[in-house]
Amino acid sequence: MMIKVNAVGDKCPIPVVKAKKAMQEANGAGTVEVSVDNEIAVQNVTKMATSAGATVSSEKTADNIYKVQIHLSSKDKTSPMQEEKPHIQGGNTVVVISSDRMGNGNDELGKVLIKGFIFAVTQLDELPKTMLFYNGGAMLTAEGSDSLEDLQYLEEQGVEILTCGTCLNYYGLTDKLQVGSVTNMYTIVEKMADADKLLQP
Amino acid sequence: MGKLPKFQDDRLLVGIETSDDAAVYQITDEIAMIQTVDFFTPVVDDPYTFGQIAAANSLSDIYAMGGEPKVALNIVGFPNCLDPEILGDILAGGADKVKEAGAVLVGGHSVQDDEPKYGLCVSGFVHPKKIFKNHGSKPGDVLILTKQIGSGIVNTAVKAEMASKEAVEEAVKVMSSLNKKGKEVIEKYPVTACTDITGFGLLGHCVEMASASDVTFSLHVDQIAYLQGAMEYAKMGLVPAGAYQNREYSGTQVDMEGVEEHYIDLLYDPQTSGGLLVSVPPEYADEMLEEFKRKHMDTTVSVIGTVEEKGDKLIRLYQENR
Repeated sequence: MMIKVNAVGDKCPIPVVKAKKAMQEANGAGTVEVSVDNEIAVQNVTKMATSAGATVSSEKTADNIYKVQIHLSSKDKTSPMQEEKPHIQGGNTVVVISSDRMGNGNDELGKVLIKGFIFAVTQLDELPKTMLFYNGGAMLTAEGSDSLEDLQYLEEQGVEILTCGTCLNYYGLTDKLQVGSVTNMYTIVEKMADADKLLQP
Repeated sequence: MGKLPKFQDDRLLVGIETSDDAAVYQITDEIAMIQTVDFFTPVVDDPYTFGQIAAANSLSDIYAMGGEPKVALNIVGFPNCLDPEILGDILAGGADKVKEAGAVLVGGHSVQDDEPKYGLCVSGFVHPKKIFKNHGSKPGDVLILTKQIGSGIVNTAVKAEMASKEAVEEAVKVMSSLNKKGKEVIEKYPVTACTDITGFGLLGHCVEMASASDVTFSLHVDQIAYLQGAMEYAKMGLVPAGAYQNREYSGTQVDMEGVEEHYIDLLYDPQTSGGLLVSVPPEYADEMLEEFKRKHMDTTVSVIGTVEEKGDKLIRLYQENR
């Protein structure tokens, strides 16, 4: 089913209002095609439809005429992030990060590598159960780290993020921890001892 | 604007070249006069409220220069076909705000126009050594904003009849609030730069200030105070055309990698009668925030970022939570 909406000549925010109404009428299935006469309306309608979980495509069909197609089928992809969400199932993998850089050699390169490593962890089919950060690794969970976004994502997915309290204190980062919680040596040893697999970059 | 002749006068302390908020003209060693004018079409349906908002917006330029408004004149455009009582309500709203500011309103000028327009021409005074400039921000400074942003987006949601009652109430309160209290706090500290946030949006004004100060601003988008509902409406595409124009104008100066789209829209959203943006040396920041609390501001004050040595771009945006 295709619902056509003509919003040519309508001033902002009317195209968004019309498109939203048509989407409600379509009741979550089929396609809504909205014709508008300016690029801003294309972008605003796209934002509205995308945030509602629809797939959107648009094209310029003539001078000052743009067609925005909103595909509503509930089986459509919503957002890639949600699609690819991995699940933690079984296994007790523990990732140990003891430095704010990966490998020995050039420090700058090492920092790029560790950032890449943590990102790659977010892409694993099976996420680790716990990530331990100590010594220089404590800098990665504190303010100023380039990996906070990835670590916050991991935490949201249920990965336990633990940083050594002594280390935070040593580097003056105690009140700057941005993700996960503080831990001590006993817990660090326990987590390592209980792990099925230890990953250390 | 570039084609207009340039005026020279040794007593002109702030002119057009720094795109500052108003003109400042020195009268004696201790007194400088600030002059500004602003008017616009209705942003809300209620005429009295519109008058209040337009007046608060016009008076704001005086506060943004660190001055005290003294004399105001009305500027009015009004259609013949509308009930003159509406005009009366607009002017009453404006007059009440001028009164609250402690200035005097002495008439003005009106013309017939297709749609209503209202604003004020305001003169104020400031000590020549105490002018807030919109440049001079130094690396290490903390950036503080005195009002929530998002009024353009909330107003667009109002037009779409999608705005909640609470969102409208908060937006009206913020837009009609004078920058008087904010200025009274700011002038107690040796701030390096100050401006008010209006049509260019928070980012447009930040770009201007960072550029004129030859520094880079690091802004943390999830620490900025937004009007309630504004984020939701931005996600819904209720973004005014002005936000896109602002982005087109200075977008290349802003490093926005890793920041979600709706934040960018909010940061470029043109503000009606927005707050004061102030750059303050770090050792005074906490004290200033305390002082804002003691002042019982009607708006939400937020620390939006810090000033750094000039980098590749004038602005770097950070988003911690996504």
